[in-house]
Amino acid sequence: MNTNPRPNAKSNAQANANKSANLSVNPPGQAGLNRDRPQAPGKLKHYLTAVIILLLLWGSSVDTEASLGKLIQGSPNMLDLLREMFPPKWSYFDNIVPAMLETIRMALIGTTFGAIFAVPVALLCASNLSRSAWIYQPVRFLLNLVRTIPDLLLAAIFVAIFGLGPLPGMMALTVFSFGLIAKLTYEALETIDRGPLEAMTSVGASSVQRIVFGVVPQIQAHFISYVLYTFEINVRAAAVLGLVGAGGIGHYYEVTLGFLEYDKTCMIILFTLAVVLLIDYVSTKLREKLL
Amino acid sequence: MTTNANANTWRHKVQKPKKNRYRWLIYLLLLLLYIWAFAGIPFDGIKETAGQITKSILSGLFSPDWDYVYLPDGEDLLRGLLETLTISILGTFVSSLVCLPFAFWSAANRSKPRFASGSGKMLLSFIRTFPEIVMALLFIKAVGPNAFAGVLALGLHSVGMLGKLFADEIENMDHGPTEALVAAGASRLQILWFAVLPQVLPGFLSYTLYRFEINLRSATILGVIGAGGIGTPLIFALSSRDWDRVGIILLGIIVMITLVDWISGALRKKLV
Amino acid sequence: MIELRNVSKTYPNGTKGLDQINLKIEPGEFVAIVGLSGAGKSTLLRSMNRLHDISEGDIRIDGKSITQASGKPLRMIRRDIGMIFQSFNLVKRSSVLRNVLAGRVGYHSTLRTLFGRFPEADVELAFQALERVNIVEKAYARADQLSGGQQQRVAIARVLAQEAKIILADEPVASLDPLTTKQVMDDLKRINVELGITTIVNLHFIDLARSYATRIIGLRAGQVVFDGPVSEATDERFAEIYGRAIDQEELLATRLPGPQVLEAKA
Repeated sequence: MNTNPRPNAKSNAQANANKSANLSVNPPGQAGLNRDRPQAPGKLKHYLTAVIILLLLWGSSVDTEASLGKLIQGSPNMLDLLREMFPPKWSYFDNIVPAMLETIRMALIGTTFGAIFAVPVALLCASNLSRSAWIYQPVRFLLNLVRTIPDLLLAAIFVAIFGLGPLPGMMALTVFSFGLIAKLTYEALETIDRGPLEAMTSVGASSVQRIVFGVVPQIQAHFISYVLYTFEINVRAAAVLGLVGAGGIGHYYEVTLGFLEYDKTCMIILFTLAVVLLIDYVSTKLREKLL
Repeated sequence: MTTNANANTWRHKVQKPKKNRYRWLIYLLLLLLYIWAFAGIPFDGIKETAGQITKSILSGLFSPDWDYVYLPDGEDLLRGLLETLTISILGTFVSSLVCLPFAFWSAANRSKPRFASGSGKMLLSFIRTFPEIVMALLFIKAVGPNAFAGVLALGLHSVGMLGKLFADEIENMDHGPTEALVAAGASRLQILWFAVLPQVLPGFLSYTLYRFEINLRSATILGVIGAGGIGTPLIFALSSRDWDRVGIILLGIIVMITLVDWISGALRKKLV
Repeated sequence: MIELRNVSKTYPNGTKGLDQINLKIEPGEFVAIVGLSGAGKSTLLRSMNRLHDISEGDIRIDGKSITQASGKPLRMIRRDIGMIFQSFNLVKRSSVLRNVLAGRVGYHSTLRTLFGRFPEADVELAFQALERVNIVEKAYARADQLSGGQQQRVAIARVLAQEAKIILADEPVASLDPLTTKQVMDDLKRINVELGITTIVNLHFIDLARSYATRIIGLRAGQVVFDGPVSEATDERFAEIYGRAIDQEELLATRLPGPQVLEAKA
């Protein structure tokens, strides 16, 4: 019976669910000889958690019609696709360089504007710098709302508003970077050393002076590090924004996949990987130097 | 941010650090970079209707198409959100399982050659670099344009990040219990079960929940390319200029993500 | 019985951890290994259950060579040797009972321990072990809720549940305060006397070694420089082992606030 506890555990949980919840589960055969030994804590909670998770997973697989069979059936198709992707069409490189440069431009500008807008908001969000909870709580709430919308959705909306091109992509990245940098920065702001702030107050500094001399030196390196980190993320994001028409190299995925030119798609993927890895590497080195 | 006020009188006595010399070079490079960047973006391509559409979307947000929340037959908001949720639940689950061997492979420890963990880490960062949406494009070719393709894309993409986080957790684990189990004559699997897993499991669960929050956001966009979820109706509504519907869908996404973040955050706090 | 024949250990960087060690430890002995830090105490102890490999020589446990064993035979030998660590090495997030039961894994097939519960007899054994170290009321508490001394007693219970014939204790009291030190050492001594388990302890404090051990082994630079009963381990001999006069640092008694608590034991 001990070698296969799974069905056992299940029936146990069901039995417990039927009984009242505060009946503790005794391991069998131990009730008699407990001298001053403590009682085993109930396991009902664990069983219930397991049941809930299993239900969630089962429900999810029904809803998404996930099946291993389908994956196995479809995997030859994917292998065919992969086979057609190689060798990549190297000559396509020349066609996509301008789009890649546009991607980097979008990421750069989006990150910069996002960072600029993030500064005042982060200052408002930090509970140790803001005057009262009446200010920082609502600002934080709004910030969290902004952060719920993923970059590609923002891009789709901006494309609807401003039309196709890199401009809506840039704006989407601006909003996205704003959310991320503001959040990271205000969390860092809340951990700064209060000493310099108090020193500035005691010399009679205005609130702007307090921030410039008491806060900025402490947060500067972190802030730049966050901006670089966001830039890394934005380069990856910018590479796919083209799928909704927001400029950059992403547009070429649709073009090449639409014409079934998978060797070209492969070239795009490889080029993107190379650029992303390069930028990641440089940015990581810079961040290591900063902190 | 250099604070070099009234340096003149002291300049002959106190040498300024030499670091500042390179600074100007960096600023110059940055300036050139920005000139290059801004020169390439066409700022004139804005549609004249932009202001009006913005207004429409905003008014759509405030007067959403409530009827769309539940339609007795066919696609509605709740079903779209539910599918988004289930895609991310299943995708996260798949990746949390798939990443386990990768995590143990790429976790460095004393008894393992450096190249072993190094190669694992490289593979994980390679997977991470692949955007989930590109993965979804590939999976659509295999299983068709449906939610399952989204599940597979999220499942594979998240392996990159989860595998790395899990590996870090394993590396930072206390090795004492492992040693104690070895000394008690335990087999490799028993060591894993009694010394390693109890230590790393809470961290694993916490990271999985964190990744679930990220995946939920990703799942809302998968529909853009037809991989299931709320993204598809949103794109349709956008292209058919049905701003009230865009409003209700955005509202639905915001509410769902906020709620899930809140629940997941509370659970994570309990775990640690 | 533990037998070490010409045991040497050279580290990859060329330093000698152990140098031509020959020892024979009889069943039921309580041996204290003393020496300065870096003398090879820990290396010696850990080579006895092969947590460390040796470069030369042979170590035999009850006639079986642990040096040559591997796989299952090695695990079977280790099953009979319990080990207690300076840092307790409990799984902090697991319950005390589960930590103690972890000592039983050597007795069951891997599959059974992974998918089945421990048999009732094992749970009973674990409870008895906890009772022996007076900590049974904490059986279902998480290990990290316990104090250092309590955690070390749980580690002793784990060794007891393991039904080991030999206990190796690597600086078991180094991270404990003087009073808990006494409790833990008392526990070890009692187990040694009552159950006849061979006990080998690495100790930093020489007065502790003198009051609990039946035999003292002194190490210096990986060599055995003293091996004899407690009565022969005079201050002068210790000065030889250490290569200098005994420092107050090496006496626990000087750290105790009250009168000699340890005297009674001798």
